Amino acid sequence: MTDTNQFDVVVIGAGHNGLVSAAYLAESGLKVLVLESSGTIGGAARTCEFSEGYRVSECAHLVYALHPTIVRDLKLTNYGLRYAATDLGTISLGSDGLHVLIKGDSVSGDISYEDADSYRKFRSKMIKFCQVFATTLEHQPPRLMNGSLGDKLSLLKLGWQVRKLGKTDMQELLRIGSINIYDVLEERFDNQLLKGALCLDAVLGSHTGPRSPNTVLAYLYRHVGETFGFNGPSIPLGGMGTVVEAIAASAKSSGAELRTSSKVEKILTEGSKVVGVRLETGEEIKTHTVVSNADPRATFSSLVGYPQLDTEFSRRVHNIRMKGNTAKLHLALDSRPRFTGVGESETGNRLVIAPDSDYVERAFNHAKYKEYSDKPIVEISIPSIHDSTLAPAGKHVLSAVVQYAPHNLQQGWSQASDTFKNLLIDLIEDYAPGIRQQIVASELLTPADIESRFGTTNGHWHHGELALDQFLMLRPFPGMSQYATPVHGLYHCSAGSHPGGNVLGMVGRNCARAVIKRGDR
Amino acid sequence: MKKYDAIVIGAGHNGLANAAYLAKAGLDVIVVEKNEYIGGATVSRELHEGWKYSNCSYVCSLLRPEITRDLNLPKFGLQVIPYVGGVTFKRDGGYFGNYEDHERQYREMARHSKRDANAYERYTADVTKQTRFIRPFLMRTPPDPTSFKPRDIREMLFFAKSFYNLGEKVLGDALRFWTMSIGDFLDEYFETDVIKAHLAGSGIIGTALGVYSPGTAYVLLHHYMGEVDGSVGAWGFARGGMGSVSRALADAFQSFGGEIKTEAEVDHILVKPRGVEGVVLANGDELYADIVVSNLDPKRTFLNIMQEDDLPASIVKQARNFKIRGSSGKLNIALDGLPTFRGLPQKSPLMTGDLHFIDSMERMERAYDDWKNGTWSQDPYVDMLIPTQVDPTMAPTGKHVMSVFVQYAPPKLATGAWTDDDREAFGKTVIDQIGSYSPDFKDLILHAEIRTPQDIENEIGLTEGNIFQGELTFDQLLFNRPFPGYAQYRGPVNGMYMCSSGTHPGGGVMAAPGANSAREILMDLNKPSSVPEAYPDD
Amino acid sequence: MSDQIPPRLMQTPFHSRIATACELNQWEDWKGYTTPSAFTNVELEYFAMRNSASIFDLTPMTKYRITGPDAHAYLDRLVTRNLGKLKPGRVTYTAWCNDAGQVIDDGTIFRISRDSFILCSQERHLDWLEWSALGFNVSIEDETDRIAALSFQGPSTCTILKNMGLYGIENLKPFDLTHYPFEQSELMVSRTGFTGDLGYELWVDPDQAEKLWDRLMDAGEQFDTKPAGSEALQIARIEAGFLQAGADFVPAEQEVRAGRSRSPYELGLGWLVHLKKSHFNGKQALQLEKRKGSRYRFVKLDVAGNKPAEHSFIYNRHHKVVGTVTSAAWVPTAKRNVAFASLEMPWGKPGDELTVEIYYLRELKWSRVMEKCTVIEGAVFDPERRHATPPTCQ
Repeated sequence: MTDTNQFDVVVIGAGHNGLVSAAYLAESGLKVLVLESSGTIGGAARTCEFSEGYRVSECAHLVYALHPTIVRDLKLTNYGLRYAATDLGTISLGSDGLHVLIKGDSVSGDISYEDADSYRKFRSKMIKFCQVFATTLEHQPPRLMNGSLGDKLSLLKLGWQVRKLGKTDMQELLRIGSINIYDVLEERFDNQLLKGALCLDAVLGSHTGPRSPNTVLAYLYRHVGETFGFNGPSIPLGGMGTVVEAIAASAKSSGAELRTSSKVEKILTEGSKVVGVRLETGEEIKTHTVVSNADPRATFSSLVGYPQLDTEFSRRVHNIRMKGNTAKLHLALDSRPRFTGVGESETGNRLVIAPDSDYVERAFNHAKYKEYSDKPIVEISIPSIHDSTLAPAGKHVLSAVVQYAPHNLQQGWSQASDTFKNLLIDLIEDYAPGIRQQIVASELLTPADIESRFGTTNGHWHHGELALDQFLMLRPFPGMSQYATPVHGLYHCSAGSHPGGNVLGMVGRNCARAVIKRGDR
Repeated sequence: MKKYDAIVIGAGHNGLANAAYLAKAGLDVIVVEKNEYIGGATVSRELHEGWKYSNCSYVCSLLRPEITRDLNLPKFGLQVIPYVGGVTFKRDGGYFGNYEDHERQYREMARHSKRDANAYERYTADVTKQTRFIRPFLMRTPPDPTSFKPRDIREMLFFAKSFYNLGEKVLGDALRFWTMSIGDFLDEYFETDVIKAHLAGSGIIGTALGVYSPGTAYVLLHHYMGEVDGSVGAWGFARGGMGSVSRALADAFQSFGGEIKTEAEVDHILVKPRGVEGVVLANGDELYADIVVSNLDPKRTFLNIMQEDDLPASIVKQARNFKIRGSSGKLNIALDGLPTFRGLPQKSPLMTGDLHFIDSMERMERAYDDWKNGTWSQDPYVDMLIPTQVDPTMAPTGKHVMSVFVQYAPPKLATGAWTDDDREAFGKTVIDQIGSYSPDFKDLILHAEIRTPQDIENEIGLTEGNIFQGELTFDQLLFNRPFPGYAQYRGPVNGMYMCSSGTHPGGGVMAAPGANSAREILMDLNKPSSVPEAYPDD
Repeated sequence: MSDQIPPRLMQTPFHSRIATACELNQWEDWKGYTTPSAFTNVELEYFAMRNSASIFDLTPMTKYRITGPDAHAYLDRLVTRNLGKLKPGRVTYTAWCNDAGQVIDDGTIFRISRDSFILCSQERHLDWLEWSALGFNVSIEDETDRIAALSFQGPSTCTILKNMGLYGIENLKPFDLTHYPFEQSELMVSRTGFTGDLGYELWVDPDQAEKLWDRLMDAGEQFDTKPAGSEALQIARIEAGFLQAGADFVPAEQEVRAGRSRSPYELGLGWLVHLKKSHFNGKQALQLEKRKGSRYRFVKLDVAGNKPAEHSFIYNRHHKVVGTVTSAAWVPTAKRNVAFASLEMPWGKPGDELTVEIYYLRELKWSRVMEKCTVIEGAVFDPERRHATPPTCQ
């Protein structure tokens, strides 16, 4: 090791937030190195070939809200970001081929005029609330007390956004923010399929059921993209990997260096200051600034190590609520699957199995007792319909996000993985008869697999529950919500920090801005 | 016909407290009550000769001491006797007890886990910080955050200052506390299931949420806010049953010249364009006043005794959406003697406290799953007390009264409304559960009153049988209680006010909503009010 | 166990002996144990401490055994003091803080062997110790009721212990610890105490407790050895200038009202804070405090007159309250009227003169005096025999 820093900033983890961070940092003129433990970049946002010739987005498979600021600043379109399909609708599958199609603010299919009308009103109100929330995305969450002028301004701004809603809506937001989605939907709709699908939106990725309070918040979170141009989920051409490759290309063109198969074992500190990182190989890289894209638990418990931190801080890290419940199913199909009642032209939409709110709640009940759902909820995407590069000609890949599959399954996942996979295929078979015969290859990623593949604690998709007690200035926990950590020079940029999960990219950007602003390299 | 200054609908404890403060300020007040007895859910009833049941609310802690003193309730016979103890029985034959002295409690916890025993001190300190924050607001009218009135701004500043005084760290914790589940909260302190289960009870009593539902930590706080003689968080029995509370409030009210009319169900509130004019009783009689205060829950107030035409459309919608879930039932049992419990030593001081039979968080959560499925819990959480061990006035000497609060029981079953058979089966579930821990219990039963949420609604008029007159969740607290925009006790019609537990600060025999509401009414009349503020720095 | 009603208070292993000796029947609750506040006469008990030898039962003190390969590193990260030089056979006094640099407690750490330590303190801390153990390979056992302990203090103690057969005890230096065979078990002796005088603390298996008591009383018979209660000890510890958790500061974990806890600097324990050592709990907060200044200063006051200034307000010369007294006593050996006080900054520099408001009761009449007091440094009582090895007197 030499006396001078080899790099201004080392980013640990080439997930999308890590890469976004690296790109912004490099763009600001800093010498940036990104270290990724696995052989490919992307983290939970990559494309993998799970069976020869069949490729699929390995974890996250739909883009809901990649922030336009990032697309613009990092010129992602120039670097190859393309969508195979945008603004997809959502089809809520029912038995006997009944279904509803939710697209933008309209619902069609087996639904009454009244419910369709209520949905239009409901959605316009929700988007209005999302707007309030959207303003918080671009800033670090303000400190409640002893904050800087900037903190006070962002508090005021947030307050202003709330007030701007007008008295009635403001009151409604204050009420609804903490309430559960189940009740909100009961107040408004009769249609079970619609309610089921909306419930799924509110619980996907979390340890909550639709009757859990503050699931409305999670619903708003999922739809925040609709305040900046998204009108439904999108599928990137070539899978999610294209998104991160575009970000990586942008970062590289600004001078960032990327190294894969470089697992960081330890963040080296001296007197609570970062001095470098040590790789698994023993190699040490000197730097005074590290940005960690690992989840907060992994960052502090393993990379830094609790002994380097204070006890109450460690306790808060330890107590971050992050119960992973989400599994991922990949099916290679020899032909296009048929879903009963769903027209061929509609199969390319997002298909969900969540036929009513109680179904979703019952699915969750199991997770509370460390069992997997006997009737899980499923979000299906068949990207090969839009993107022929993912599968051999005429063949298809089906990608499904599945809940609930608790990380701490009583019987252990090594035993249960196959049974659960079969259960899932049977379930999908109910809606797409014959699909079992079409399967060429299949793969199930349980939360345990997700943990070991991507290094996310408990396989939690959002690196921490997205609930009011872990939101805004409480994310990941009070006292650490502004990306900086008690270790001088260490910053955190994973979905565990504000504003949170999904392929949004804002954590990476906000964190990079915090690093640049502090300027303490 | 005679015109009163004010009519209060419903002689529950809040209605009586409200009426007492109005009468004390010189108003001519009448309280109308549909039942032939007063008290609403704060009653002592002799349903089996010689035995008195506190057949709804059953213990006393939240009753604001400022009100007790200000209305001189002891003079009217109110005596609150603290009780100690409490047990959660374990399935394996063991138990976890709750001793009133710090050290024995420490050793009892240490018997299960030394670490938990020590963590309990941190838990107590943390919970105390939160109750200290909330208590000053109990006797204040919540500010309207959307208003620019000087008083609202002043109150918002008081609110902000209280926040500020917490310090940044505790403030962060406060925000978490208000939104967390009691289960997650307890997981941050304790490792022993039975200890968690014992403490979690306060987070779900009267609430249609499970121990792992966010928001239940606040419900626990709500149960910790009370006191007996300055001992914060302590609970007591009202001597002679909870009816003594309403009796004392009624006597205080009458001593100020107030009038109570029982068996006088209100059919509707008379509304004229300039405001309220009085009430029409079910028998057709009319009573007149420029002020009408409803102690009925918000749903009944706006959907039953007011007419849609008299109200703004928005409030009707708000009332419809108001969450008031029935989730609890009650058994009151006359006993021939004191039952013994498996594993618990004879004459244990723990017996005078609250007894429970659920020893794990999972069992508690499963009890809630039953409720969600539209049935009463097959393995219910009960909060059971035998007040006659302390209070000699409720049963013949040597005999006992047992009060069994049961969580969860839905207001309506999946199969439809509750039938007599359902009620019997529900009672049997509870009695069997107790019987499996107490071998002599069943033989001692002389009489049992079984009350489903439906019975509670029918008799007392609490919608769905919800004991708090509205869920105590964040969306229905403070300036959101009962609805945003109507948290200052004023109704949408001139002269119409609310004073029930459905208003701030919520349920429990606290009398604060009634008193706070009286303060607002007197302010509107430009009359001085004697409604006290909370004692500082407790 | 659980099939019997547990007693409200427990008895220490010395109880049979103490109950016989406690002629005043003056008992109190110390951490759930029945302990004597006085045996016969507080003054005579105190003077036994200063003149010959006194026995004080300190079994209720909280004792944790911390073992494992990381035990040393763990403790060093826990406490403010640098434990780098704490060798096996040595004891050290230290404080430990929460993240905000506020004192959780103070206490002593005994290094029994390379990987085995005992942490001894007034309050219980298992919860804190376990949370602090994240990432360390250590095991923490509460041994409070597995170790019986006596504090044996006074100028004659060394001689008495020698007479009792503890050969070489005179060579034990202050803060040394050693082991002797005792009956069928082992006796641990440390040259430590809470009186500021020559003295030892004796640690033994509870089964041997009564024997230890008897042997000490026998060996000390010629020396006016007396058992002492908490009241006598209270005077001695104030005279010696020692702080007590719960009296002189609010242990940070128990704080309910924001701002009531204190940092080591604010308790006059800055000398225990070694900012140069590697990471320890609260270090960043303490570094910041060192840079930005403290809110309070903890001082010892020499109060005029002889009326103890307990619970008094302290005024500056503009009659403004600048602090309150936390502990106070007339100390009979040094013949001073001593008070400990927590003062707001910048008050209380050594030599500062302030005024203290004292209330005292004489024949049912309360009187108030405003007495001058001076901030002093060091303890008013610190005899040579406390430090010398071998001890210089009998």
